[in-house]
Amino acid sequence: MTLLPEKTEKKLGLVIDLDTCVGCHACVVSCKGWNTENYGAPLSDENAFGAEPVGSFLNRIHSYEVTPADKPAHLVHFPKSCLHCENAPCVTVCPTGASYKRVEDGIVLVNESDCIGCGLCAWACPYGAREMDPIEKVMKKCTLCVDRIYNENLPKEDQVPSCVRTCPAGARHFGDLGDPNSDVSILVEERGGTDLMPEQGTLPVNKYLPPRPKNQMDSTDILAPYLEPIANEPDGFFKWLDKTLDGI
Amino acid sequence: MHPAPSVIIFTTLSGLGFGLLAFLCLGYPSMGGLVAFVFFAIGFGLAIGGLLSSTFHLGHPERAIKAFSQWKSSWLSREAWLSLFALVLSGIYALGRIFFDIDLAIIGLLSAIFCIATVFATSMIYAQLKTVPRWNSGATPIAFLVFSIAGGALLSGQISVALPLLALAGVIQILSWILGDKAFTQSGTNLATATQLTLNPSEVRSFEAPHTGTNYLLQEFVYKVGRKHSSKLRIMGSILAFGMPIIFLSLPFSHFIALLAVITHIAGMFIIRWLFFAQAEHVVGLYYGKR
Repeated sequence: MTLLPEKTEKKLGLVIDLDTCVGCHACVVSCKGWNTENYGAPLSDENAFGAEPVGSFLNRIHSYEVTPADKPAHLVHFPKSCLHCENAPCVTVCPTGASYKRVEDGIVLVNESDCIGCGLCAWACPYGAREMDPIEKVMKKCTLCVDRIYNENLPKEDQVPSCVRTCPAGARHFGDLGDPNSDVSILVEERGGTDLMPEQGTLPVNKYLPPRPKNQMDSTDILAPYLEPIANEPDGFFKWLDKTLDGI
Repeated sequence: MHPAPSVIIFTTLSGLGFGLLAFLCLGYPSMGGLVAFVFFAIGFGLAIGGLLSSTFHLGHPERAIKAFSQWKSSWLSREAWLSLFALVLSGIYALGRIFFDIDLAIIGLLSAIFCIATVFATSMIYAQLKTVPRWNSGATPIAFLVFSIAGGALLSGQISVALPLLALAGVIQILSWILGDKAFTQSGTNLATATQLTLNPSEVRSFEAPHTGTNYLLQEFVYKVGRKHSSKLRIMGSILAFGMPIIFLSLPFSHFIALLAVITHIAGMFIIRWLFFAQAEHVVGLYYGKR
């Protein structure tokens, strides 16, 4: 049923550290790989080696330039995937019940055999988390690697979403954001984790940790003082030398 | 938003068709036999043709029957049910009119209510979306309903009703354009709230997109073609959909002039509906530095 559960037992989700992400896109590749080979319709590509390739991805990395009025500009890499919202607008608009939010862990999933490919859920999502697969014509979205996190056949360290397992910088964290004592909840508390587009009222479970404040320096360039032209009059021994040499 | 032809045809034709069926089922005009058959055939043709057209944008139309299941939460599912009730009830009413020359007034009234309710459900599919600020307002259902009723009055030949309704529809359209043009800015969603990187949206810009090519999101939600002609198209659409039919209907009545009024109205409504989609901006475009 596409009515949202009043409460979920857990709120599984991701915490993404914008201070640490280096923008390598490794999570994008591992996500595509895992979700093409495992649960659900494969994430297809059209015209993959042609002039205009198009494909479905569940995770994409944007890059933003922030230019504060009083500080130098900096670049922030910005991973974005489904935020598994508590008040998920994509779920309630679904006419067939294909989209649903799980009561046990809060993961938002699509039952692909019920999806008619109308695209309304993607219209309702403000984050661009859902993409219609160009070949299968069903809606694809992040499953939080539901086929990894509960998979007892995998080694313990692999029972996390593929993107989290792959990230070389440790910028992605997975856990229960409904438990205030979980590692991820403590991290969000300590670092001031935020919701994206809070005004949309979606109550996203995934949180974003803002970049840490950069060091403040008096001058924009520490080498600048050394580059000043030396116009000072010499004194002492050099003054005598200067005069003497001028006199020759 | 991408103005998919199937959805433009669907909303325009089914809106007109259900408007016409509503008038016919209320007994305007009162008729029987072959005349009733022709009128109802036009009404059903438009309504059903529009609904069928909407299935062409589905990825899996063979599963469309499943769309009846989620009426508790989904306006799309409610629309499916309401249109079914509207078509079945007005079908029964039409049979009474055509073959038995009787006026099943209560069924007719119910049919008219379900016809209008169907148009309302269609409009709510768009009006419910907070992600598209231009649509996310009471103006969307008001406009859809008035267009449908005005079109129904025009097609059913109720000239005295059609004239003021067409004028009202024109006013509502202009007002909703004025309101809609401010809606995105007023929604409060911008790249600063989207990224949470700064409080001031002018301090952040998209430096690099996640992909060099296009993707589903850009194709579906970031549609810019034709926006530069939007003010011309608005004028053309308003004149065709409302202005010309009002002039034609004010002239001494003839069937040919009435036909011209209908044709210009439909042509204008297609332009207006095209603009409804093409000018709507989805907030996800912000992430790409586009609108």
